[in-house]
Amino acid sequence: MAVTVSIPTILRSHTGGEKSVAASGNTLAEIIDDLEANHGGLKARLVKEGSLHRFVNVYVNDEDVRFSGGLDAKIADGDTVTILPAVAGG
Amino acid sequence: MQLRRDLVEAIVAHARRDHPDEACGVIAGPEGSDRAERFIPMVNAARSPTFYEFDSTDLLKLYRELDANGEVPVVIYHSHTATEAYPSRTDINLAAEPDAHYVLVSTRDPHEHELRSYRIVDGEVTPEPVDIVDSYDPLLPED
Repeated sequence: MAVTVSIPTILRSHTGGEKSVAASGNTLAEIIDDLEANHGGLKARLVKEGSLHRFVNVYVNDEDVRFSGGLDAKIADGDTVTILPAVAGG
Repeated sequence: MQLRRDLVEAIVAHARRDHPDEACGVIAGPEGSDRAERFIPMVNAARSPTFYEFDSTDLLKLYRELDANGEVPVVIYHSHTATEAYPSRTDINLAAEPDAHYVLVSTRDPHEHELRSYRIVDGEVTPEPVDIVDSYDPLLPED
């Protein structure tokens, strides 16, 4: 499945400055592996010990994937994947 | 950094209102302008005196709106309610907007607030002076 992935400012060093890139896969995990193949270094910024980083939010269309299976979230053709670092602190 | 007086007052009022929990929000401005113009208070989903986090649904809505308007978060502000207006270790570890001015306001003193601004990039904190102004100079026309 081909999707568009929106990349936040802080990760654009991995995409040559591009705000959005194409990727393919049937699950979020496959999308992230495909991103890593074309934009090395991205995966480590998103995934830690087999789960999404606590402070990285990933949305498929309008849904935070934490509520739809995390890395196992299903991806359909034409979906939009949006990556946004949490705005958080102490 | 220049910051309009009414925006400083809005940050302080939000921080006082949510005290003793931390308050948070952004001031948006046109992309590339480095000018804070539009005050957007956010809900602290953590509702905590020692932590803040934008709700994840609100976060998506915010960034979509900024994108649609050609805006960026020029200022990201939050309050410290029992400590000084200096970024905590958590603030530094989680800072993810290298182009933003991180504005901290301390409300630990009920009468006198303390407001400071920082750049936080790759774990490095750089304090910057805040020049409080009544209005900004007109933007120069683009070539």
